[in-house]
Amino acid sequence: MVAFTLNGEAQTLDADPEMPLLWAIRDVVGLTGTKFGCGLAQCGACTVHIDGVPTRSCQTAISDIEGASITTIEGLSGKVGETVQAVWAELDVPQCGYCQSGQIMSAAALLAETPKPTDDDIDSAMSGNLCRCATYQRIRTAIHEAANRLEA
Amino acid sequence: MLQFRAKKEAVQATRRQFLIGTAATAAGLAVGYRLIAAGPAAAQAAPAAAQANPFQTYVEITPANRIVIHSSQFEMGQGSYFGIATLVMEELDGDWAQVDVIGGSGNTALFGNLAWGGAFQGTGGSTSMTSSWERYRKAGAAARAMLVAAAAKEWNAPADEITVASGVIAHGSNKRATFGELAQAAAGMPVPEDVPLKSRDKWTQIGSDTLKRYDSAGKTNGTQPYTIDLKMDGLLTAVMIHPPKFGGEVASFDAAKAKAHDGVVDVIQTPRGIAVVGKNMWAALKGRDLVTVEWNEAKAEQRGTAEIMAEYNKLADGPAKATARNDGDAAAALASADKVVEGHYEFPYLVHASIEPLNAVARIGEDGTVEVWGGHQMPDLYQAAAAQVAGTTPDKVKLHVMKTGGSFGRRAVSDADLIVESVAVAKALGPGKPVKVQWTRENDMRGGRYRPAYVHAIKAGLDKDGNIVAMHDHIVGQSIMAGSPMEAMIENGVDATSVEGASNLPYAVPNLKIDLTTTDVKIPVLWWRSVGSTHTAYVMETFVDELAAAANRDPVEFRLSMLEKHPRHAAVLRLAAEKAGWDKPLPEGRFRGVALHESFHTYVAEVVEITFNGGSDFTVDRVVCAVDCGTAINPDQIRAQMEGGIGFGLGAILQEELTLTGGVVDQENYDTYTPLRIDQMPKVEVHIVPSDEPPTGVGEPGVPPIGPAIANALRAATGKTISKLPIIKNLSA
Repeated sequence: MVAFTLNGEAQTLDADPEMPLLWAIRDVVGLTGTKFGCGLAQCGACTVHIDGVPTRSCQTAISDIEGASITTIEGLSGKVGETVQAVWAELDVPQCGYCQSGQIMSAAALLAETPKPTDDDIDSAMSGNLCRCATYQRIRTAIHEAANRLEA
Repeated sequence: MLQFRAKKEAVQATRRQFLIGTAATAAGLAVGYRLIAAGPAAAQAAPAAAQANPFQTYVEITPANRIVIHSSQFEMGQGSYFGIATLVMEELDGDWAQVDVIGGSGNTALFGNLAWGGAFQGTGGSTSMTSSWERYRKAGAAARAMLVAAAAKEWNAPADEITVASGVIAHGSNKRATFGELAQAAAGMPVPEDVPLKSRDKWTQIGSDTLKRYDSAGKTNGTQPYTIDLKMDGLLTAVMIHPPKFGGEVASFDAAKAKAHDGVVDVIQTPRGIAVVGKNMWAALKGRDLVTVEWNEAKAEQRGTAEIMAEYNKLADGPAKATARNDGDAAAALASADKVVEGHYEFPYLVHASIEPLNAVARIGEDGTVEVWGGHQMPDLYQAAAAQVAGTTPDKVKLHVMKTGGSFGRRAVSDADLIVESVAVAKALGPGKPVKVQWTRENDMRGGRYRPAYVHAIKAGLDKDGNIVAMHDHIVGQSIMAGSPMEAMIENGVDATSVEGASNLPYAVPNLKIDLTTTDVKIPVLWWRSVGSTHTAYVMETFVDELAAAANRDPVEFRLSMLEKHPRHAAVLRLAAEKAGWDKPLPEGRFRGVALHESFHTYVAEVVEITFNGGSDFTVDRVVCAVDCGTAINPDQIRAQMEGGIGFGLGAILQEELTLTGGVVDQENYDTYTPLRIDQMPKVEVHIVPSDEPPTGVGEPGVPPIGPAIANALRAATGKTISKLPIIKNLSA
């Protein structure tokens, strides 16, 4: 039995302790906004926040999250998260959209930590998130735009 | 086992019999393929079906006032749903907040791709807007006219006094109705035969630069469902164990330990491998690790890519098996040329590697009906395949077309791989037990259907004035059509998808020969975003650049001098050069390269700027892209597809390569097969040529020019053409 907080609510899971958080969130809890892409922490589609830190849920066993606070795309809230989501839609960043939950979770964590990121900051925070549609130019623009709006 | 193949010895005689349930499909593919070459005009020339009642076909309006557009075209990220909705909304005058788009299927007369003669439904070759241009505007216009007619009857008012705007129908100041309120009455109105379409000057949606995709919100908050996200009562998850070598088969397997594992429901042999069925993905994965399989590899491909490429290199220097184009006498003109330049190019296998690993959900009902959810890029084919596996008829199969996390061609596959697996597992589980077959990244990367490896051996002759007098290219590689329902389309030994982009070279070369030798390799291959142009554009555009250098001519001027009969090519080249400041000097260490290529009737020129730091160290700083895709329906989506196509092509050309050793694929995941990441993405600016021509596609045509443009910039920096890909690995070699 593992107890943790998921999107602000207490959650207990009676599941294989080795089960990756990704599959616990998707298949057991039923929140499907967090995506499976590689299972090897190579693509970032499964990114969630664990105690505020962007983390690949496919490589995080549920036995390691006892007592932690997990935020998924469904629970992303507050000024930073909502601004990122709004700008993402306004700039038509998504194409297929499949990786964008992970992109947005990484971008929101970056802006929470670094309110005015440089291009280099964006490269290092976002290079773990693959986008096969290569929406990278718009992701970069959207992060700068979100930073500007949050500063205002 | 499914048999999609035509018998080679009797293709013509059996064309109507060999197919997969629907005889129309093969004939449709046949007609379709011929018309791809014919171009957008084919869409206009396609036999017009009787005007269908729009409310029962393309534009469903619900009592809850939703406009549900039934799309013939599949949405894999390229924006086809948005494009089609734009066409409908231009004529319908609805409110975008009302709009949903779903995938239609199961009715070729309604959904057949008009760019392919309408004879079968499918998405590919960047044809979605070409196919939809008339069909969906007419549907929107007919729906609007019928809503107005219903209002006129209801209110006893003249139809020409009734207005429609933003989803509200009104007469005077006191009569108002929503679409939903009038939908039922409208559907009963006579269907107008020849409903007029708005003239260009009245357009507010088509060509709007401020219109945004209607479906972005769900892709930013996690609510957009993909096949992997489907939920239904009792849904099980299956993972696959595939033969490690292509052509291998299961000899025997032991599933006892797996079946004993908690959460494992069953282990099932399918025509394509072993499926381990679990209550959830993790249980299925754990069970998979407990299955042992003995493989029969007697008929499997045993070679690695090193051996295959060595064979291709030998073949390229020998006589060709077939000729795709033969103008003048290339051999004679080469023999008498003032200067001869030669090139030898090698291209690796490439993987589509969409981030959503391939999947499908199947359910067989108690009454024997079959439902399949998935990325149905070729619905007619998949409906027939599902019926064949389930042992029923196509009319008992209902497809649910899901938006997918990418495709790039991979979801249009003639052996219907995921359909076969999911229906086979659902059938074995029995009625009422839905199952999702979910490939892992490793399944996906090792699952075949790659961009084929190719070798080109090319030579060209220049006259004393530096004009190209002859060119001869010999292309060696696998055929995509061979072994598919389109095998009959291979004419005189030429699969057009192997040579497109070379066989239609626009430059005025008086003696031009394009040869092809198709190889026999058991690695399954497929169309990969821009298909033949992925390699032909690289060869032609780097080689022409090299010839310009040999002739001491400017690369842009050199190309323009050979494009007198191709004004649209010339126009995009001029525009890209102008916007890039082609004539302006660059700071030290920076270099430019240019490339021009038409694919799928869309013309694209790209100029790149790189910073070269020596060795294999360089950065791509800027890409200026000019595109002519006819009428621009969604300008910002055209820009998005050029940006994305450039990033997709750039990753491939720089660093993507799939290799095999002893018949086994070496790469399994994104750690060793490496698409572009954000830190490598250049700044891209896109310029769209204003045009009143019918629209053509944008999903693929941004891809081909980026590779040769980069290579040409590198040649400007180093004096050498990189003729073996990927670039980074081979730059310092």
